[in-house]
Amino acid sequence: MSTALLPYTVEPHPVTGLYSGKLGTWLFLASEVMLFGALFSSYVLLRVGAPETGHAHWPTHEETGLSWAIGGFNTLVLIISSVTMVMAWAALKMHNIAKAKAFLATTVGLALLFIVVKLAFEYIPKFKAGHGPSHNNFFALYFTLTGLHALHILGGVVVILYFLLPGSALWKTNPEYYTNRIECTGLYWHFVDLVWIFLFPVLYLT
Amino acid sequence: MAHGHADISKHVKLYLGVFLALAIGTVITVAANHIHFQEHAVAIGIALLIASVKASLVAAVFMHLKWEKSIWIWTTLAFCGVFFIVLLFIPVLTTNDLPPQVKMGTWDVPAHVAEADEGHKTGH
Repeated sequence: MSTALLPYTVEPHPVTGLYSGKLGTWLFLASEVMLFGALFSSYVLLRVGAPETGHAHWPTHEETGLSWAIGGFNTLVLIISSVTMVMAWAALKMHNIAKAKAFLATTVGLALLFIVVKLAFEYIPKFKAGHGPSHNNFFALYFTLTGLHALHILGGVVVILYFLLPGSALWKTNPEYYTNRIECTGLYWHFVDLVWIFLFPVLYLT
Repeated sequence: MAHGHADISKHVKLYLGVFLALAIGTVITVAANHIHFQEHAVAIGIALLIASVKASLVAAVFMHLKWEKSIWIWTTLAFCGVFFIVLLFIPVLTTNDLPPQVKMGTWDVPAHVAEADEGHKTGH
């Protein structure tokens, strides 16, 4: 029945030559680039337009108080999670579901570690210090960009958990379809990692 | 995209290689940030350059673009790239909002705002 509802989940579509989920995921990611792109553009506008003096000036590192060590640690956590995600797909291609599930579980663990570090060492202390989004333009952008990114991480966790637990039943009936779904999940996950690769230097370093 | 077992084993080695490159890239980004460049723009340029290399590695290898031949995906990415550049250039258009003799970022806070700031600080 599922194949009747969703055609071309495994076999390539006659027009595109791709299974449809893959093209759909790329189109979705293109829209995501616009979403984050608009916010990066806002960052450029507010930073370049900030006056050199006065309370509206762009804060220095010391003033933001953001730690490159915590940001760098989380960068490594996300990079490793990207590796485990792609390894899960590779394990499925080699017909090893147990290994794939172990990699997916590791990915979820790393994603949650990222969120815990972000909350415990950054968000909560910042709010306690009165440096919330309304503090200045920098923190408004910082919380909007990293908050939206964190929501993407949580969304990814939900999807990966679904494929790890109930969704994995598909492996028994249609392993290729399941592998393709993991590939699409991976595309999304790597994109979230890619966004962070830019957020890290933009917010924590320069 | 057909992958045999041998192909996948090769992929796995490449994934680990890319992981190393990304980890080293992160260390270089942080190290470069500790060098105090005369021009702030140089520091920003270097950080963004390293980030672009890292992002390209992720897209090429983890997202399989290195092996991607579909014109549909490349067309999507081409449009995406063009519109992304347009988005990033929007702030440049806003320079027209300022008087011609004033460049962005070089203006001082207007006197009445500065006074209000001062009043805010001293609690008046």
